[in-house]
Amino acid sequence: MTAHMKHDQPDERNVLDHMAQGIIGKSLDRPEGLLKVSGTATYAAEYVIDGCLEGVIVTSTCARGKVTSIDKQSVMSMPGVVDVINEPRMIARPAQGTANEAPEHKVGEIHYWGQPVALVVAETIEQARDAAKNLVIEYAPALAEFNPEDVVPEPQPDGTNEGDLNQAMEGADQCVDLTFTTEGHASAAMEPHAAIAQWDGKMLTVHASLQMLNYNIAELADALKLKQSQIRLISRYVGGGFGSKLGISEEVVAASVAAMVLDRPVRVVMSRQQVFQTIMRRSETRQRVRLSAKADGTFTGIGHEAVVSNLPGEEFAEPVTQSTDFLYAGDNRIMQIAVARIHRMTAGSVRAPGEAVGMPALEAAIDELAEKLGIDPIELRLRNLPDKHPVEGTPYSSRKLAECLTQGAKSFGWKKGKRTPRSRREGEWWIGTGVASAARVHNVGEAKARVTLRDDGTALVETDMTDIGTGTYAILGQIAGEMLGLNPDAVDVQLGDTKHPRGPGSGGSWGAASIGSAVFLACEAIRKELAGRAKVKAEKLTLKDGQIGTGKFSLPLTELIGGKSISVIGHYEPGAVEKNFVASGYGAFFAEVAVNHWTGETRVRRMTGAFGFGRVLNAKTARSQCIGGMVWCIGSALTEALHFDPNDGHLVNCDLAEYHVPVHRDIPDLDVIMVEERDPVASLIQAKGIGELGMCGGAGAIANAIYNACGARMHAFPMTPDKVLSAMPD
Amino acid sequence: MPIVINSLEYQLPADPRVSLLDFIRDHTGLPGTKKGCDHGQCGACTVILDGVRINSCLTLAVMHDNCDVITIEGIGSAEQPSALQQAFVKHDGFQCGYCTPGQICSATAMLAEIAEGWPSDATQDIGTRPSLSDEEIRERMSGNLCRCGAYPNIVAAIREVADAGQ
Amino acid sequence: MKNFEYAGADTVERATMLCAENGTKAIAGGTNLIDLMKLQVETPARLVDLNSIDDRRIEEEEGGLRIGALASNTAVAVDQRIRSDYPVLAKAILAGATQQLRNKASVGGNLGQRTRCFYFTNIDQPCNKRDPGSGCGALTGVARIHAILGASRHCIATYPGDMAVAMAALDAQVELSGLANKSRMVAVRDFHRCPGYTPELDNILEPGELVVAVHLPAPVGGTQLYRKVRERSSYAFALCSVAAIVDVKRGKIARADLAFGSIAPKPWVDQRLTQLLVGEKPNMALFEKAADILVDGARGVGDNDYKIPLVRRTLIATLCEATEI
Repeated sequence: MTAHMKHDQPDERNVLDHMAQGIIGKSLDRPEGLLKVSGTATYAAEYVIDGCLEGVIVTSTCARGKVTSIDKQSVMSMPGVVDVINEPRMIARPAQGTANEAPEHKVGEIHYWGQPVALVVAETIEQARDAAKNLVIEYAPALAEFNPEDVVPEPQPDGTNEGDLNQAMEGADQCVDLTFTTEGHASAAMEPHAAIAQWDGKMLTVHASLQMLNYNIAELADALKLKQSQIRLISRYVGGGFGSKLGISEEVVAASVAAMVLDRPVRVVMSRQQVFQTIMRRSETRQRVRLSAKADGTFTGIGHEAVVSNLPGEEFAEPVTQSTDFLYAGDNRIMQIAVARIHRMTAGSVRAPGEAVGMPALEAAIDELAEKLGIDPIELRLRNLPDKHPVEGTPYSSRKLAECLTQGAKSFGWKKGKRTPRSRREGEWWIGTGVASAARVHNVGEAKARVTLRDDGTALVETDMTDIGTGTYAILGQIAGEMLGLNPDAVDVQLGDTKHPRGPGSGGSWGAASIGSAVFLACEAIRKELAGRAKVKAEKLTLKDGQIGTGKFSLPLTELIGGKSISVIGHYEPGAVEKNFVASGYGAFFAEVAVNHWTGETRVRRMTGAFGFGRVLNAKTARSQCIGGMVWCIGSALTEALHFDPNDGHLVNCDLAEYHVPVHRDIPDLDVIMVEERDPVASLIQAKGIGELGMCGGAGAIANAIYNACGARMHAFPMTPDKVLSAMPD
Repeated sequence: MPIVINSLEYQLPADPRVSLLDFIRDHTGLPGTKKGCDHGQCGACTVILDGVRINSCLTLAVMHDNCDVITIEGIGSAEQPSALQQAFVKHDGFQCGYCTPGQICSATAMLAEIAEGWPSDATQDIGTRPSLSDEEIRERMSGNLCRCGAYPNIVAAIREVADAGQ
Repeated sequence: MKNFEYAGADTVERATMLCAENGTKAIAGGTNLIDLMKLQVETPARLVDLNSIDDRRIEEEEGGLRIGALASNTAVAVDQRIRSDYPVLAKAILAGATQQLRNKASVGGNLGQRTRCFYFTNIDQPCNKRDPGSGCGALTGVARIHAILGASRHCIATYPGDMAVAMAALDAQVELSGLANKSRMVAVRDFHRCPGYTPELDNILEPGELVVAVHLPAPVGGTQLYRKVRERSSYAFALCSVAAIVDVKRGKIARADLAFGSIAPKPWVDQRLTQLLVGEKPNMALFEKAADILVDGARGVGDNDYKIPLVRRTLIATLCEATEI
């Protein structure tokens, strides 16, 4: 049985609020927690498979050209080497998120330094690694552009140009016209990309570390020219994704091809350096932000233009202006993205593509405008929240931005009034505070999940949806438990296996809302079936603690099931509400920083984030998503930058020693306020995404705090000591 | 002589290139110890070797004849978790879980180091016994990266256990 | 990793004999060597494991302290005598790496730590230090972390460590043992070398020669500071660092022993600073002058130009802190 709904109308019923179990939203432990803390949650590379060979990817040492020869004999005589594989089924770059087809680029054509060109397979990992380093490859290199500043960027077709921004700037009482730069970012998930492939002649089984199995199966099938029914993908535990595992990547296809060619299981685990060199990067950006305002702070114009980069032929362009589009008022508007075509590894989605780098620039510009206007920066934002989409005129589905700004300010202890840099010093350290708004568009995807109410009175939830650390196991148990009147431990959630119904995959913060809606639909149908069996209306049912109540009688659920388990596939489909409303998560960041007068070192001393993202499904895992995002704010604000060699385009800092993700000591206690709301448009469970919102703007709050601390206006991220010192007044 | 891992003896590998990490993960059926970078830059591979925590990726198995190793599986199981393991669950000191075994091995050893009076970069006066401030915990745990950003929750979990032990 | 023969040595004599042979490397903690072997930057045919040599003690000796080369970084940093009498050394060690790494890393190995230059650690890039004659990728490449003093046009890599910087400020001596038990003492300040035309040689060790101990001079007291400037607040190599031993007596600077890290191919000591400072009343103009002297020969290649004002300011800050002005 299938329960299908296309989301064409807002769902105002808030069904979950009328259930009896009382677990939805509660701060419950993750059901898989004990497995993770005891090291017994099994990740992709950890399945023990007899006779498994080890494959090591060999990567190119030029950025553009052709492989002219691969001297297999240079390694075939080395101990343990089984084969060198470089065939056209292998892919040379990862698939973009939701691509649903294999990347067309093959391993013989080189488009970036570090691109996979071959796979060396040996009996042991030690043998394979050594042989991979020794494989002799000849290239015919071609000229290539490496630097986005050296090429003319191609404007993207979907910009906004309303009114006359130039005129608005000229006629403004105050305006700012600023250029910001951000450096490239890496997802740097802790688990390197890994796959073990097994081929039995008909069926390919792959354990892999992937976010979106529902798309990945199509991508892999396309690459291998197999039917989807010949492939099973398994990703029960994923050691972080952040966008880097959205599409299938090179190791999945390489392991599969090798297993099929050699008729033996093959494991391919990327080295950390390879993950940096061959997996998606977030593009660096150059952004021009223009704001014009009347003396009372009313925005008359807003311009946000960005140059980003990608490989030739890639459709993805970091959507820098995505939230600027609808966040603030201003009749005269320009939003435009242009792409510089250069030969660095593929640019794609890294946590919060667009807002992660666009919002900090916008929010830093607003801080400068607020100073010029002499208006408190929170007040300036509050004065410019439009009633509806400033261009389209569509209504907001729900928006807690004002509440986040005010509640966050209260919790943080924001002092209103004139803000003068260098007002507070402790020893060598300048202390200052800053604020920024958060916004992240809300997305949903088609999702299916099977819910079975078993004859023992427990429930089983099955979908190929993944849990990449986001809490999917926990929240699906809570949704099903709430709907079916079961404790979460009576709900078995099975994820990450394509033998189950297709979920939406984890990405774009859409997982919880989409798959949660599918589980909700299945449970609604089960309730209906139960009501039918009890001969009452579904609304009259009360399900709690495994008991069913009808108002007239109460009995154990197992009696009503009576050995006839009920199984329903919930099928959620995004619908017309998507275009009839602007749906986004909102929030506000407050940061206090200390900047060293002598060295420019900046440390975040405390940070508050207030977020409104619809219904909170699990207060514990939701808060963790928020603090995780805030940690990323601190990383992108202060330390994270990909550095590329100007001469051959290779990624220079391709490891975790030199690409600086935040460490424990960089992170103070983080205060999270969840401003609850019900969003009838966001999903059938009134929840929006939260995985990315927490990092959309916080780096701007830190930039503004640096200025308030020491008087250095920062226009380049990350704000490393060298940059802070050069911007700091004497 | 063999190497002892979680009180069980194992024969050392014939290939001297096998890192202690790969030996633990692939030769002993104990995949709880994680490989995040293989170069001592993330801490996911942290184990306790002869009483002190180390990065098992940056050493060779053959160098550990007659040594005693404790991995996450030796610290506690899902059925019988240690106090720290329980506190990590309670405080949601992880998300994806991949850095978690390393964090817990590291924290387990770290509490012993503070008890021994070892100073850290965060210790105000290194001539005296260190306190158990949050700043001390953060500095001492900085060798364990968590990309999900669970740091404040990890500190809360460690603090709860440390405070209960005092 | 290239395959190799693994051998043990339980005496220094045996170890030096083995290490004198071509393609042989000694291993103690391995935290740097294994890293580089995995990258095939180091490809020894034989590894000699020194861990059976019984010399990891920290002992008092006439006029100071002797630290066995196999003592772990941790053992030195937690030693009460070092914390009391040589705090700059304990602080420098604690500012470096992580507890896990310090627990494994040995004192001898740490002195021999190789550069973090991105081009050195990537075997598909030119590097005169790794592959003499292949060129220097950093000169025209990404050089944020590179040297502003003591470099040559053949190599601009830095010595990245912290411990040796403090040892240089303390003017510690390194005890070396070579073939046939021939031993010699070299100041830490003279142990590392500038690249000149031969950047492949990081230090003055002869073939087969091993570090067997570090000797610290008698305690000198004073205010001892190690200030490390880094992007992250922990677990990051220094952008620059300063080890300082400063004593003010009767209002005048009586001692000013300074060494600098991550700005040069070696722990950088400039005696002119000591000469300028000692005997003077601490004041900002004096510190500015000292800082000017420090960087008067400094040169960046673009990316690392920032280190010149940064180390200048860091020195001034350190002197202010040490003299409490």
